[in-house]
Amino acid sequence: MSRLFRSSTLRPSPIDTDLRRRYYKHLAARGGLYAGLLIASVFYLLPVYVLTVTGLKSFAEVGISTMWALPSEPTLAPLFRAYERLLPNLLNSISLTVPATIISCILGSINGYVFAKWRFRGSNLLFVLILFGMFIPYQSILIPLVRTLSTIGLYGSLYGLILTHVVYGIPITTLIFRNYYSEVPDSLLEAAYVDGLGFFQSYLRIALPISAPGFVVVAIWQFTNIWNEFLFAIVITQRPAMQPITVALQNLAGSQVVEWNVQMAGALIAALPTLIVYIVLGRFFVRGLMAGSVKG
Amino acid sequence: MVASRTERLKAIAVVAPSVGAILLFVYVFIGWTVRTSFSQWRGILPDYTFAGFDNYIAVLNSPRFMINVWNTIFFTAFFLLTTIALGLLMAYILDKGVRGENFFRTVYLFPMAISFVVTGVAWRWIFNPTVGVNAILQTVGLDALVWGWHTDPSRLGTFHLALIPVIIAASWQLSGYTMAMFLAGLRGIPADLIEQARIDGASEFFIFRKILFPLLRPIVFAAMIVLGHFSLKIFDLVYTMTGSGPAFSTDFPAIFMYERTFRANQYGQGAVIAVAMLLLVSVVIVPYLASTLRKEKA
Repeated sequence: MSRLFRSSTLRPSPIDTDLRRRYYKHLAARGGLYAGLLIASVFYLLPVYVLTVTGLKSFAEVGISTMWALPSEPTLAPLFRAYERLLPNLLNSISLTVPATIISCILGSINGYVFAKWRFRGSNLLFVLILFGMFIPYQSILIPLVRTLSTIGLYGSLYGLILTHVVYGIPITTLIFRNYYSEVPDSLLEAAYVDGLGFFQSYLRIALPISAPGFVVVAIWQFTNIWNEFLFAIVITQRPAMQPITVALQNLAGSQVVEWNVQMAGALIAALPTLIVYIVLGRFFVRGLMAGSVKG
Repeated sequence: MVASRTERLKAIAVVAPSVGAILLFVYVFIGWTVRTSFSQWRGILPDYTFAGFDNYIAVLNSPRFMINVWNTIFFTAFFLLTTIALGLLMAYILDKGVRGENFFRTVYLFPMAISFVVTGVAWRWIFNPTVGVNAILQTVGLDALVWGWHTDPSRLGTFHLALIPVIIAASWQLSGYTMAMFLAGLRGIPADLIEQARIDGASEFFIFRKILFPLLRPIVFAAMIVLGHFSLKIFDLVYTMTGSGPAFSTDFPAIFMYERTFRANQYGQGAVIAVAMLLLVSVVIVPYLASTLRKEKA
């Protein structure tokens, strides 16, 4: 199809037109694909747009204009207002999420190692019994949980919430680590055993050093889930001073007195930590996601 | 693992606390909830006096619970349909090798990283009847499509129209997830299989219908399990977006359970709703777990 052979006097060969038609058809199909993808992107980014433009508007502007317009005079004031109001809860969320994530990782790693490589009689059944715990509706354990936490004096405190997240995080963290350690060849561990490494040493010297990717996946998964969690938080922490950010945001958004530019700014603040983790370490997040579905 | 008895005992000792915690926090607690559901416990202090099926009768007879059941049925059906269709479509397009695939995938999946409370707040305003989508529809002259969205209590038969915005929001949040599942599945299908069909003159639709879809069927099934058990438990998103809605039009068992138990202190009845939810979820999950276990053994 080189230009040299194409002159205006020469009629294009049938093959040429056919090729060209197919090429245009291909172009149209491609164009359609990208148009579809872009429309979908707009749909997915719509809530982000609404949160951002409203969170950057002054109260006067929210009052009069429509929600969809860009702010005429963008201001960070609502963000600062929301930050000021939510700061204690933001700190609660951090002091809840960080320890719970770390403990979850450690437990998941050691459990996963045993269920993958040190199977004992009944271990598969036990593993499935553990897995079931990640699918139950938590409503079915909520009443006893509240009673138990009040008996041991942890109801209403962040420690109670940490304990809850650690326990109900055992199934997914064990599952991810078990799948991860399943890839380690048995012969490696057999050789280590022959060399005199016992259970703890083989974990510390062989499994642990190659566990970094597993820890990243589990840490991101637990961090995101605990940060975003709402049901346990609203049931276990009653005092506003103790509540994590999701509950505080719901209270903020449910109140009539707080302007909605501040509510939107608050939602942005609550979303930011997990969003940053997702953007920076997204592929590890997706792996955790898949562990919970395809292999679950 | 071939190892001495002591080493193997150490391994068991290491998982014992976790196993014990799960046995207590999952299985003993479930038993405790069942016991509560047969008790007279109403009010702040526990009262386990046997009440027979009183609570079950009370809940099953309450109009709100019937609305819950219908809402769950309609929500689950439409939510599964839209989420799986959207996810499949986007995965199919992305699998065609488009430029910027990473970008699109990141955009479609990001809702999974965000709290349902945040998205509930956003969607509540998007569907707000005075400032939200309606404002856009009016500007472009589509006044016929303007309605009350989640604030509209009207219904078609037993289907509450206010569920539509909730279904849109939930599909928005989880369709990227199903897309990722399908994309993983599509990547596992050998390319020469498709190529051969194309050479044989098969149309794109034929290839999708007769080759891709049958191969993706296990993933459709997995997605139905994951999304289905999610929709039976749905709480955060609805609670923050609409609450129970006008005339319970967006009410779900999880919200009913929460309010009955922790707002009205009707612990016995709350436990009944919790047991009902657990039974529903188990019907979906137990066969699934059993089949994965069997597959793993094979």
